[in-house]
Amino acid sequence: MTAKLDVTLKVNGRTHKVHVEPRRTLADALREDCGLTGTHLGCEHGVCGACTVLVDGEPARSCLMFAVQAADKEIRTVEGLAKDGKLHPLQQAFTEHHALQCGFCTPGFLMLATGILERQPDISEDDLLDVLSSNLCRCTGYENIVKAVRDAAARMKAVR
Amino acid sequence: MKPAPFTYHHPTTVDAALATLAEVAPKDGRVLAGGQSLVPTMAFRLSRPAHLVDINGIKSLERLGLDGGELSIGACVRHAAFHRPVAEGPLGRLLSTVVRHIAHYPIRVRGTFCGSLAHADPASEWCLVAATLGATMVARRSSGTRKIAAGDYFQGPLMTALSEGELLAEARLPLLPGETRYGFYEFSRRAGDYAIAMSLVTFRLKDGVIAEPRVGVGGAEGAPRRIGTAEAALAGRAPTAQSFTAAADAAAAAIDPVEDAQASVSYRRDLVRTVVRRALERAAA
Repeated sequence: MTAKLDVTLKVNGRTHKVHVEPRRTLADALREDCGLTGTHLGCEHGVCGACTVLVDGEPARSCLMFAVQAADKEIRTVEGLAKDGKLHPLQQAFTEHHALQCGFCTPGFLMLATGILERQPDISEDDLLDVLSSNLCRCTGYENIVKAVRDAAARMKAVR
Repeated sequence: MKPAPFTYHHPTTVDAALATLAEVAPKDGRVLAGGQSLVPTMAFRLSRPAHLVDINGIKSLERLGLDGGELSIGACVRHAAFHRPVAEGPLGRLLSTVVRHIAHYPIRVRGTFCGSLAHADPASEWCLVAATLGATMVARRSSGTRKIAAGDYFQGPLMTALSEGELLAEARLPLLPGETRYGFYEFSRRAGDYAIAMSLVTFRLKDGVIAEPRVGVGGAEGAPRRIGTAEAALAGRAPTAQSFTAAADAAAAAIDPVEDAQASVSYRRDLVRTVVRRALERAAA
């Protein structure tokens, strides 16, 4: 055991004061200390991408960051996507294109895609495939995930 | 899959980091930069540092810029900084070509160039770039700064010339002359995987023949390095299939391939021949 630290996490616009050891990963802090269990932990060593969240707008593996490192950064998780009971365009597209089966990887894919589409709304097909290859899905075979993200990209552009 | 306990330090200046490192390095203290290699090994408890000195809060280490004919890359410059060319001419384009082979986008957003050099995985693309182009590593400790040439820096798998308490504060890459051609080829089983073998080559064409060839091979041995015999097979020759094959054969003959679950010695030797030839073909295209 090492001394616990007071860390302030800003998640989806809300402030969470947590008291954690330095070794507490951001993923564990979100789930265990903030009660935000939408972020999933698969491999816990940075390979699967299930725990992807946005840190200051960029997708990051929350299992490879310590919570203490995320202090005062803007963190966004899958819980922050839907607004006023209305699904985010990516969530809607995932539903319509059957881009999930078991759903375990879905929060990670949603945050990965949100981060990239907000930064690069006109991302090329090659670059989109390269980015989506970051995360693992064991159900869908990826085709429907790619379709859903492409469709959501078009919807998000139409809204802008 | 949870890291062992450690004491966390987060200095905001290089001097403070060096002072902390001087104190905790002998007590199993490590530098934490992007953490994209270190934290997984901690999750597996393959490493259990007692202290982590997090350098992410040190603004001066984010510097990326030209400095006396060299590109200076500070310890906190992320892989993603190289997605677009960071310097005019071939060096910026070369780096933006290579960066796309490093892991995946979220890893590239967080992991650092210097962190890769300090970790020194034999299959690291940046280590191959540093070895091939002749980077200079700037190592700092509280008592002083020293520069280490790439040829002396890489000593084996996960082993470098950095000593206890030293911070790899900066890496410096020489700018490439405007007409320099480069080619990079990596073989791995899946996008983003570690290279099983890869090659980076650069050369210039003078009066139709190859000048100043550099042939680097990574992922095949304990550390990346230039292959002198392959370079000798190119110097002064025309860039033809014949000279490229001769260089590829020389590289395959020169290396002492590691064997692992992914590739046997003979398979890796064959791959080296192929990646060197394809890198040369890309450079000539």
